[in-house]
Amino acid sequence: MVRNSLGRWIPETFNGKALIPYRDPFALQPQGMRASRPLTRVNPGASKVLGSLREAIEASGLRDGMCISTHHSLRNGDVLLGQLVREIDALGIRGITIASSSIHPVHAELIPYIEKGVIAGLECGVNGLIGEQISRGLLKCPVVVRTHGGRARALVSGQVPVDVAFIAAPACDEYGNLSGSSGPAACGSLGYAQVDAEHARVVVAVTDNLRPYPVAPLSVPQTLVDYVVCVPTLGDPKKIVSTTTRITTDPVGLQIAQYAARVIEVSGLLRAGFSFQTGSGGISLAVANHVRTLMRANRIQGSFGCGGITGYFVDMLEEGLFQTLFDVQCFDLKAVESIGRNLNHVEISADMYANPFNAGAVVNRLDAVILGATEIDTRFNVNVNTESNGYLLHNTGGHSDTAAGAKLAIIVAPSMRGRLPIIRDELTTITTPGDTVDVVVTERGIAVNERHADLKRELLRCNLPVKDIGQIQAEITRITGRPRPLEFSDDVVGLIEYRDGSIIDVVRRIAD
Amino acid sequence: MEIRKKVQAGTLQSSDLMVFVEPAETLSIEIESTVKKQFEHLIHARIEVVLERLQVTRGHIRLSDRGALDYAIEARVEAALRRAALEG
Repeated sequence: MVRNSLGRWIPETFNGKALIPYRDPFALQPQGMRASRPLTRVNPGASKVLGSLREAIEASGLRDGMCISTHHSLRNGDVLLGQLVREIDALGIRGITIASSSIHPVHAELIPYIEKGVIAGLECGVNGLIGEQISRGLLKCPVVVRTHGGRARALVSGQVPVDVAFIAAPACDEYGNLSGSSGPAACGSLGYAQVDAEHARVVVAVTDNLRPYPVAPLSVPQTLVDYVVCVPTLGDPKKIVSTTTRITTDPVGLQIAQYAARVIEVSGLLRAGFSFQTGSGGISLAVANHVRTLMRANRIQGSFGCGGITGYFVDMLEEGLFQTLFDVQCFDLKAVESIGRNLNHVEISADMYANPFNAGAVVNRLDAVILGATEIDTRFNVNVNTESNGYLLHNTGGHSDTAAGAKLAIIVAPSMRGRLPIIRDELTTITTPGDTVDVVVTERGIAVNERHADLKRELLRCNLPVKDIGQIQAEITRITGRPRPLEFSDDVVGLIEYRDGSIIDVVRRIAD
Repeated sequence: MEIRKKVQAGTLQSSDLMVFVEPAETLSIEIESTVKKQFEHLIHARIEVVLERLQVTRGHIRLSDRGALDYAIEARVEAALRRAALEG
């Protein structure tokens, strides 16, 4: 065990691999070359279309101990990963690693296959029951949680070699050109899958919507796709994208959003060329709405909106408030429609979005980002992975990537949730280092990281309720009481990898 | 104060709690909570305060808590106890 720079104990190895303890957000330098794929040749007249998933698994050469991936753009509506694992089981293949871009609650259907040994490890974070069972020691399956940018880095650098990528393709032709923006399972951007298509040894497009050649516009081109398979359905469209994402109506959330918007305004970043990202949460959208009003009122022409894109950002694009949207994932139907229609609504890969080990990711160009938190400590470190019961329930997403990239990373969160105070002495898990978090906004006050003395002074001058983070914590704890710390065993069941591949924290089995 | 009958108070909404009270020969407290690991000791202490104030020495008190703050716990427990003490 060694202590990383945030004081977390990290084992020397995990699942047979040596670990690098986290030190700081920007110093770790990459080595080596970008990973690539074997050369191949498809002569005129050859067909790529196979009759079933099983045929595709056989054609791909998948064997015991290999690694497969899927993308999570179909989110909780995805049925492909479950189907694949059932077929892999039926073929008698064992010890598979799953390196999908994320796993959702629907994938709790994989649990029997983990127990049976079909799945031996998860090179990806998990949302939902699988994480809970791993945290409780009920399920044995090493898990490595990565950020969106960190996952792209792991594939691009060859750290996680994917043997076969199965890409759910909402529209696809018989030669493998595929697109996310139309079809019954339309999900918009396929930014995560683009990385897999470039780096997996074999690429299989799986579609429920085979279209005449050529499908355009392209998310992934024919040159990267080895096989095409038709299935009856890729998933339940209602669970793929929300029909609409909504601004919060909760007065606490609205207060937080108003403070956060004022912080952006006072920061001086809200000027011509402003770039911005929010998530799809109700508070984030309320901040976006304030920002939109300010941009309109002051006739500010922004540069780009980024990230998971919602209808609010589409409106801002169409209104001319942003020049471009960079979209790695569409959060609602309006975003899906827009990406097929607006030329300046640009599909970008997770590599371009957030990989720290390339010649510059989009997150590096962000002015402001609005992010959430499950817990925050007084050094501004943030947890989004584990709930306060110690269960690993959430994936990191782009949290650490955008916090590192943006000039102003603002955490918005209610001061308490169901008696649990948001600001803690010690986090259950550290996801994002405090060195990359600039401001914490709660309804009880605004805390500014000490690195930004100027911003703090400006906010105070504008009569905003700036407080020391310890003071906000004391105010909250007076109301909630001080929570008793959870007890964990020494068993490490998962890793929280920072975006550069170093280990920022581990997940330990909860002691029952 | 005497617990004469089986009653309940509260809701199961987030940040609220349900209190179930019924007559018994001895005093017993049962706590179920979404934040039991972190706050069971504080919830227990708060129930004790109300029991002592209303001088309840017998009965079965059961809480189903959804992360309520102390003032809500106190109010719900008191409401349940007073209801349980009513005639008829």
